[in-house]
Amino acid sequence: MRLATTANEAYTASLSVPELLGCKQCGGGRGQDEELGIRIPRPLGHGPSRFIPEKEILQVGGEDAQMHTLFADSFAALGRLDNITLVMVFHPQYLESFLKTQHYLLQMDGPLPLHYRHYIGIMAAARHQCSYLVNLHVNDFLHVGGDPKWLNGLENAPQKLQNLGELNKVLAHRPWLITKEHIEGLLKAEEHSWSLAELVHAVVLLTHYHSLASFTFGCGISPEIHCDGGHTFRPPSVSNYCICDITNGNHSVDEMQVNPAGNVSVSDAFFEVEALMEKMRQLQECRDEEEASQEEMASRFEIEKRESMFVFSSDDEEVTPARDVSRHFEDTSYGYKDFSRHGMHVPTFRVQDYCWEDHGYSLVNRLYPDVGQLIDEKFHIAYNLTYNTMAMHKDVDTSMLRRAIWNYIHCMFGIRYDDYDYGEINQLLDRSFKVYIKTVVCTPEKVTKRMYDSFWRQFKHSEKVHVNLLLIEARMQAELLYALRAITRYMT
Amino acid sequence: MEKMSRVTTALGGSALTGRTMHCHLDAPANAISVCRDAAQVVVAGRSIFKIYAIEDEQFVEKLNLRVGRKPSLNLSCADVVWHQMDENLLATAATNGVVVTWNLGRPSRNKQDQLFTEHKRTVNKVCFHPTEAHVLLSGSQDGFMKCFDLRRKDSVSTFSGQSESVRDVQFSIRDYFTFASTFENGNVQLWDIRRPDRCERMFTAHNGPVFCCDWHPEDRGWLATGGRDKMVKVWDMTTHRAKEVHCVQTIASVARVKWRPECRHHLATCSMMVDHNIYVWDVRRPFVPAAMFEEHRDVTTGIAWRHPHDPSFLLSGSKDSTLCQHLFRDASQPVERANPEGLCYGLFGDLAFAAKESLVATESGRKPYAGDRRHPIFFKRKLDPAEPFVGLASSALSVFEIEPGSGSMSWFVDTAERYALAGRPLAELCDHNAKVARELGRNQVAQTWTMLRIIYCSPGLASATSLNHSVGKGSSCGLPLMNSFNLKDMAPGLGSETRLDRSKGDTRSDTVLLDSSATLITNEDNEETEGSDVPADYLLGDVEGEEDELYLLDPEHAHPEDPEYMLPQEAFPLRHEIVDTPPGPDHLQDKADSPHVSGSEADAASLAPVDSSFSLLSVSHALHDTRLPPDFFSALVCDMLRFYAEQGDVQMAVSVLIVLGERVRKDIDEQTQEHWYTSYIDLLQRFCLWNVSNQVVKLSTSRAISCLNQASTTLHVNCSHCKRPMSSRGWVCDRCHRCASMCAVCHHVVKGLFVWCQGCSHGGHLQHIMKWLEGSSHCPAGCGHLCEYS
Repeated sequence: MRLATTANEAYTASLSVPELLGCKQCGGGRGQDEELGIRIPRPLGHGPSRFIPEKEILQVGGEDAQMHTLFADSFAALGRLDNITLVMVFHPQYLESFLKTQHYLLQMDGPLPLHYRHYIGIMAAARHQCSYLVNLHVNDFLHVGGDPKWLNGLENAPQKLQNLGELNKVLAHRPWLITKEHIEGLLKAEEHSWSLAELVHAVVLLTHYHSLASFTFGCGISPEIHCDGGHTFRPPSVSNYCICDITNGNHSVDEMQVNPAGNVSVSDAFFEVEALMEKMRQLQECRDEEEASQEEMASRFEIEKRESMFVFSSDDEEVTPARDVSRHFEDTSYGYKDFSRHGMHVPTFRVQDYCWEDHGYSLVNRLYPDVGQLIDEKFHIAYNLTYNTMAMHKDVDTSMLRRAIWNYIHCMFGIRYDDYDYGEINQLLDRSFKVYIKTVVCTPEKVTKRMYDSFWRQFKHSEKVHVNLLLIEARMQAELLYALRAITRYMT
Repeated sequence: MEKMSRVTTALGGSALTGRTMHCHLDAPANAISVCRDAAQVVVAGRSIFKIYAIEDEQFVEKLNLRVGRKPSLNLSCADVVWHQMDENLLATAATNGVVVTWNLGRPSRNKQDQLFTEHKRTVNKVCFHPTEAHVLLSGSQDGFMKCFDLRRKDSVSTFSGQSESVRDVQFSIRDYFTFASTFENGNVQLWDIRRPDRCERMFTAHNGPVFCCDWHPEDRGWLATGGRDKMVKVWDMTTHRAKEVHCVQTIASVARVKWRPECRHHLATCSMMVDHNIYVWDVRRPFVPAAMFEEHRDVTTGIAWRHPHDPSFLLSGSKDSTLCQHLFRDASQPVERANPEGLCYGLFGDLAFAAKESLVATESGRKPYAGDRRHPIFFKRKLDPAEPFVGLASSALSVFEIEPGSGSMSWFVDTAERYALAGRPLAELCDHNAKVARELGRNQVAQTWTMLRIIYCSPGLASATSLNHSVGKGSSCGLPLMNSFNLKDMAPGLGSETRLDRSKGDTRSDTVLLDSSATLITNEDNEETEGSDVPADYLLGDVEGEEDELYLLDPEHAHPEDPEYMLPQEAFPLRHEIVDTPPGPDHLQDKADSPHVSGSEADAASLAPVDSSFSLLSVSHALHDTRLPPDFFSALVCDMLRFYAEQGDVQMAVSVLIVLGERVRKDIDEQTQEHWYTSYIDLLQRFCLWNVSNQVVKLSTSRAISCLNQASTTLHVNCSHCKRPMSSRGWVCDRCHRCASMCAVCHHVVKGLFVWCQGCSHGGHLQHIMKWLEGSSHCPAGCGHLCEYS
């Protein structure tokens, strides 16, 4: 019952700022039904995710006690059960930590006022043109008493938030470029300056929403029913799809017909898993025998780093953002850029010199108490989560694979582990998987269902969601490391 | 380096000499280790691996172990250790998981001896056996510890911690077979080197990673551990269960801990982040470090005592690329700068104060309080000669008792409750408040309120003008308005006062001035010591309360001494004096009675001097204007408010501030106002005057204050069934999964305002209950209770 009210409230809120949330395409659809007097929104989607068939996803009501508690908590905290929660519940252990952290960041004691938090969330999500998160937080933002004028674009927000725009941009696309000058600029801006605690809060929020945007696109989260693109007023007979589904960037219309793994024979896919497991076994065994020379190890990282930038899907056509959220960021052209493609030389970030456990944690916990602990737990759960299964196989030690994924993402950000042989990545992650990882992490708005379907074809959806959790946590940690290192350098 | 000094310590023949010094390294250091001869130190880091000789004046680079054209990751050291038995033997832990041993005795340039590549992850720590020549232990990120025999090519045994990454391993100095290891998940394990299958003992020492540990060099059972939770803990391992014997709370995560040689209770720590200093703690005194070394500009990564039997030399390496030798005598000692004093209020208003004895001795010599109402009781702590801080710990404790009744603050409570602060015209508010004050016997305050009414309200303004006029015309008429009500109002107040000698009133104002300031000072003292400001306030309020009036009357008795014409600039010093001039009523009365005054009235009758005294106050224009605008007084009123606040009657300051509102607010800076408001609100809350305090918060215009009402507006409730707090939602219990508050009328869950009867504790939606009780007087739940809704 509460859900319904919330949805209605949010819906009226969304109507009150039609120029912001208004979807031109949908607007047409609404008009048609206006004569009926009552407009009943219908869910547009096909479950919480466009990529995962609805029947695969847990139905509300069919959950066990633990999940039920989680749902109840999430519902109580947010006043809704959003699609992200419904997809993440594949991994309840993680979901719990995730919700706890998010709740703390948005609603509990912290240096920033509530509407600032949501606004920062909007800023961060808008960097990736993630209309799903933007819509959710626009509603929340208005709910906590934010000024609707701010939503017309960053230039309407207070100078203080505008100053954060630059950090947001760099953090989202090229975190390795963050220097202590960025930090200094924010902290010493006279009356618009940030305090260290506020800045850490903002940085945590930015990184959280950047990576959550990755998750949203990576799992093809459907818009909520009360948000634009989540409902239609057309009678079901007219058309199943609203045009804004397409402009959301996920090309769902043409891909809905493509049966997952439909064009690949089952046996092919089966062999894929077998081959992967065989490689893992080999790596495990031969590690002791053949030891790569130091130079080789070093060059492997460089190769992987360099190669990671050429890994891009062939259908790399530019999708122009059709959403109004583009107002939130002034510089659309500033996207993910690779290391040396444009002649930039970026020194490698050595994890042994600045790592989350030793350094990042202490800094965050010092400036924004308890959050360090929460994020630390979340990283731990994400990194160590395993069910010891791989597709149809049971009792597999997947630590090697998980580590390869984690380190590959950090490698894309130039973060190097001295004690890791980057050759393993090449052995374990095939090209289509790399394309997917790269796209989700760096340019999530370009993820398509085809990409989602084409990697690890025999794996379960829950395992693909698991991969996404690894991706977003690794990305968040990478961004945090760069930002926190800059703050540390500023402080010393 | 100005505090350098030379120290020579004799240690069984060999003598250590040196001074506080530092040398620049080419790269950040990760770890350091000292040779057993205490003359050389090895520094290791990501891109540095060098041996320095420690000479008297400086560090001299002796050997660079980083050889070869291509830097290999094997040389990127996370840790380094020098064998304590063999001065040619070193071991390093590489970030890529390799353990390397080095033999300085090798003739070639490359001193690398053996390479163990058994660990899969970064090796965090290496440790040689303290007595055995060939045994090396390593702990790695992969969660394993390995024991190597340097005569063999691979490890002798592998210990699996079964928990997360190993952060430190240390051989026990006393027990041949034992070593301790610390883990990222907060555990500490004790192992027997002969039994690799499982650990002897395991306990959780810290919340979060344990970064380091160190065995006590003498006491075999003691192990110190330091963790990310900013604690250093000392464990007694001799008992059946590891017992925490000491705990030191530092300000940042603890990266290294090292016991200080020859000092049983001292240990040195450095931190991993934020804090760059090295501290030496006495574990029995966990709040103030015994010594502090502040040389480094970035985090300290390695510390080592130079010689195992010399407590005065500490070496350290840091991320700021320097290697330092610290001399203990050069350390800054925070204890010396601290002023150990404690102050505490008792339940009944008694005040206890403890301070260093020397401090108290001098104080009492300086301040001769012949305490009439003060009963200081001196306690002296009996000193245990075995205690370490004899010199510091001797302190004196004085307790000031309050005389029954003297500390009563009932006037404060009454005033707070009865004052009207808003909602009526200013004149009425002032009158009302004046009446309240008068009824409580606080005539000065009452006076002030009346004064304010006269200044700021138009009828009052008119009378003030007429008064002004009369003064201006000369007080020869003898019956100024002010004078009349003064006489009337002040008479009872004066009767009870014991301040100025009445006879002195006849003397010239100079002497009176002196006397009154003397009383002022004594009053202040009284107030300080007794914690009750009633009498002081009474007196001072009196002084202050007449200020406006004084100012008006001032011309009258100022002119005899003054030269005829004054320069306007001198207005300010004079105005300052006004505050200190004796209370007006005295003069009024005395002068009215005394023939002296009547004699001087003749002078006062002339207009010219009056004019000049007005110009003194730089308001000469006002003379020509028959009406003085209220603005004219605002500076004075502000002074008065400040004066009240300084005397501790912040209630008056805030009340006037609220009542006058815009009229004076702009003249007092925001911060002062905020300060007054917070003090007043604090006081109100101490007296449980919640309503008044809320009203004050609401009426305040300062943003910082008015937002006080917005904070902590959440009220947590307990479940009515299981009595547990309902943390996540207010209407359904997590534990018993029941909805806690049902409406007795509609039997639905109440999620908003819940109203209930205090008699039978049934209740429900506010609207429903209201409606129900309109028609029935019985409880809607049917319990038979006659509920009442008011």
